[in-house]
Amino acid sequence: MSAVAGAVRQVLPPAVLLVGLIAAWQGAVVVAEIPPFVLPGPAAIASELVEFREPILSAAAVTGRNAALGLLSGGILGVLLALVAAALRLVDALAAPLVTALSAVPVVALAPVLYSMHGAGSEHARVVVAALAVFVPVYLHTLRGLRQVLPVHRDLLRALAATPRQAARVVTLPTALPFVFTGLRLASSLAVISAVVAEYFGGPRSGVGSFITTAAAGSDYAQAWAYVLGAIAVGLLFFTATSLAERAVLRRRPG
Amino acid sequence: MTAAVSVDGVSRVYGTGRAQVVALDDVSLTVEAGQFVSLIGPSGCGKSTLLRLIADLDEPTVGTVRVFGRPAREARLAHEYGIAFQQAGLLPWRTVRANVELPLALAGMGRAGRRERASHLLALVGLADFAEHFPDQLSGGMQQRVAIARALAEEPSLLLMDEPFGALDEMTREHLQTQLLRICAETRAAVVFVTHSIPEAVFLSDRVVVMSPRPGRIREVVPVTLDRAGAADDLDELRTDATFFDEIAAVRAALLDGVSVAQAEGLG
Amino acid sequence: MSATSATAAPAPATAPPPTAPRSGSARPRAAAASLMRSAPLAAVASVLAVGSAWEAYKLLGPADGLMVGQTRLLPRTSDLAMPHTWDMAARLFEPVSGGAGAPPLWSAVLRAGAASLGVAAVGWLLGLVVGMLLALAMQRVRIVESAVLPLVVLSQTVPLVALAPLVRSWGARLEVGPVQWAPWMSVAVIASYLAFFPVAVGMLRGLQSPTTIHADLMRAYGAGWWPTLLRLRLPASVPYLLPALRLAAANAVVGAVVAEVATGLPGGLGRMIVEFAAFSASDPAKPWAPIFGAVALGLAAAGLVALLGTSLRRFRRLEAAR
Repeated sequence: MSAVAGAVRQVLPPAVLLVGLIAAWQGAVVVAEIPPFVLPGPAAIASELVEFREPILSAAAVTGRNAALGLLSGGILGVLLALVAAALRLVDALAAPLVTALSAVPVVALAPVLYSMHGAGSEHARVVVAALAVFVPVYLHTLRGLRQVLPVHRDLLRALAATPRQAARVVTLPTALPFVFTGLRLASSLAVISAVVAEYFGGPRSGVGSFITTAAAGSDYAQAWAYVLGAIAVGLLFFTATSLAERAVLRRRPG
Repeated sequence: MTAAVSVDGVSRVYGTGRAQVVALDDVSLTVEAGQFVSLIGPSGCGKSTLLRLIADLDEPTVGTVRVFGRPAREARLAHEYGIAFQQAGLLPWRTVRANVELPLALAGMGRAGRRERASHLLALVGLADFAEHFPDQLSGGMQQRVAIARALAEEPSLLLMDEPFGALDEMTREHLQTQLLRICAETRAAVVFVTHSIPEAVFLSDRVVVMSPRPGRIREVVPVTLDRAGAADDLDELRTDATFFDEIAAVRAALLDGVSVAQAEGLG
Repeated sequence: MSATSATAAPAPATAPPPTAPRSGSARPRAAAASLMRSAPLAAVASVLAVGSAWEAYKLLGPADGLMVGQTRLLPRTSDLAMPHTWDMAARLFEPVSGGAGAPPLWSAVLRAGAASLGVAAVGWLLGLVVGMLLALAMQRVRIVESAVLPLVVLSQTVPLVALAPLVRSWGARLEVGPVQWAPWMSVAVIASYLAFFPVAVGMLRGLQSPTTIHADLMRAYGAGWWPTLLRLRLPASVPYLLPALRLAAANAVVGAVVAEVATGLPGGLGRMIVEFAAFSASDPAKPWAPIFGAVALGLAAAGLVALLGTSLRRFRRLEAAR
């Protein structure tokens, strides 16, 4: 009962604000008679969304697939490299400047050369861009998690003469796991945005990003926004999925 | 002369319905000016709550709290008291000196006056050489001395202290207790001191207020008759005085009176 | 309440930076690593490592890449798809184009990079101001936090490309007194859209970071909201704000580069990346030049924020102590 009340108290304020903002938007468009090529109203966007639901859905599926593959491969790469870096200081020292650079650099800038490396008709360049964007937070969080082991736990395992394998299984990995999932949650929206933006730098005309730009180029902003909604939906889906995964992991290992 | 603190029929209840917890139940207490009063009792007896009510960090559900004759809120806004907690709570980005100056700066005192006052206080707690250090460069005991200097900054006539020596080792603790007594003798401030150590309460106080939990009530007020004036040269001698041990026994008896051993284990 | 919303907010580097102390366990392997302790040396070594991996794959990898079904998982190794690292470097010192008097490529990249850095800096500043104001409002009023924070998180799932043409068309209609809206301003606005987010979230966490003792202390001194903000909350938020500012700088750079492409703003790196991509068949080393420029741009932005961080050292004592 109180859990329901808590959820309502959490969801209600942003929902009210969002509805209010959309209403104000629609009101401004109607009252000020703003032409749709300047700012389409929510109603116009909604009708475009209904009319183009099938192409939007299939475009979202393409972008979602690219982002999912990127999240998966970048995530696996990030966790593996963090494990190696936690064990070998040399790898840690070599990787640190690269990861710092990678986190400061616009990864999407690589998209054009990736298209020429993998072939212009390939979706793979987009997966690579998403994977690179995902890699950074996952690597950093996993590495941090692997270093979180409390001194008291380390001493305990040492006193119990635990082998490195046992120590990893009993303490190190369980401690790090929540951090891995936090990294994945943060990476999830990055994966989607990177996949969308990468479409803007070339490649096949298939995903949400490419259709957004096509529609915007034709000054059909209502339609562009309808595709934007598709992209937002994909982003929310990813964020929700990784948040749920994170929560499940956190619940299993409190503290 | 108005009392430093007068608490009259105060209760504090948290929560509502079944989750309701009575932290304090009909508590009345008067602390005269210049008097040192300790609050002691097992955890959950409401001694910290009582201190927070006096400081107006929390408000009573029923009853009134007056500090030097004014409502607690007015007294707080008029900077009538100095306060110290179990953690020193120094601001890490301020030097020792700047930490001591903080309450003065908030009260709008000028730079030169602040500087002079802080130097005096740091000398008082024996940290004159550490004025330009940062808190993380000091030991726990030294940090706590800075916190006490900060509490004394505005020459308050009332000091509120919530287990200020609770996290320190025994040696440091005794040293600071002696220093605190010396400072109180100099400044003539009244003190309300929360502790869970019987010897500490006895060594420092004129009166020890013994409290009991669930709901928090005052069980007994034990007057302490140590001859502090006579031992002014070496206060530590009181620690081996026979009267000291008698008083400890009296407070212990008041604390354990009617309490089973299992309950007494919750003490502290 | 605030605890739950704090965990729901994605703030990667904005978490307080309690990097666990590197355990003192002495390992024999650490000898080689201690050589790497010097940051510049490690940076050079890692660049060499990446370069060698590139060349090694070029030498040993299958000519047509690794195909799994219809997907080319690993790239082709031809000089067209993967030019030699030394060719990329050498190309920087050749003229931009065949035209007479064309400047060397590196100077053109440098000029474009400087233009993008300027726009990104404006976007960063704008994002900083907006983010800080939002954080202050959220800290001040609880209901604002519970209403705005989820939408702030949501805002980052909106692909900014979509906003680019809109911002440009709005801007084109805007004229404030003698100031005519310039296209670069649209780019800066879009960059700020990405930059404000980490600032808002990190700053909010920082403002909420003081312990109960510190809050009680300020209350005991009768300090109101402003004095508490100035003497407690703002200084306490610095360790949270700096990583947020670094992230915001990176985001502003990405935003500027992408928005330059989306709005078609000439002069910056984003446009150059797209233009030079057309040469991938005839002059395969050329598209890499603006990418190196983008790397330098990102590092320059991060470096500037790091400089800011050192000037705020006194507020980060606990970080250093840890």
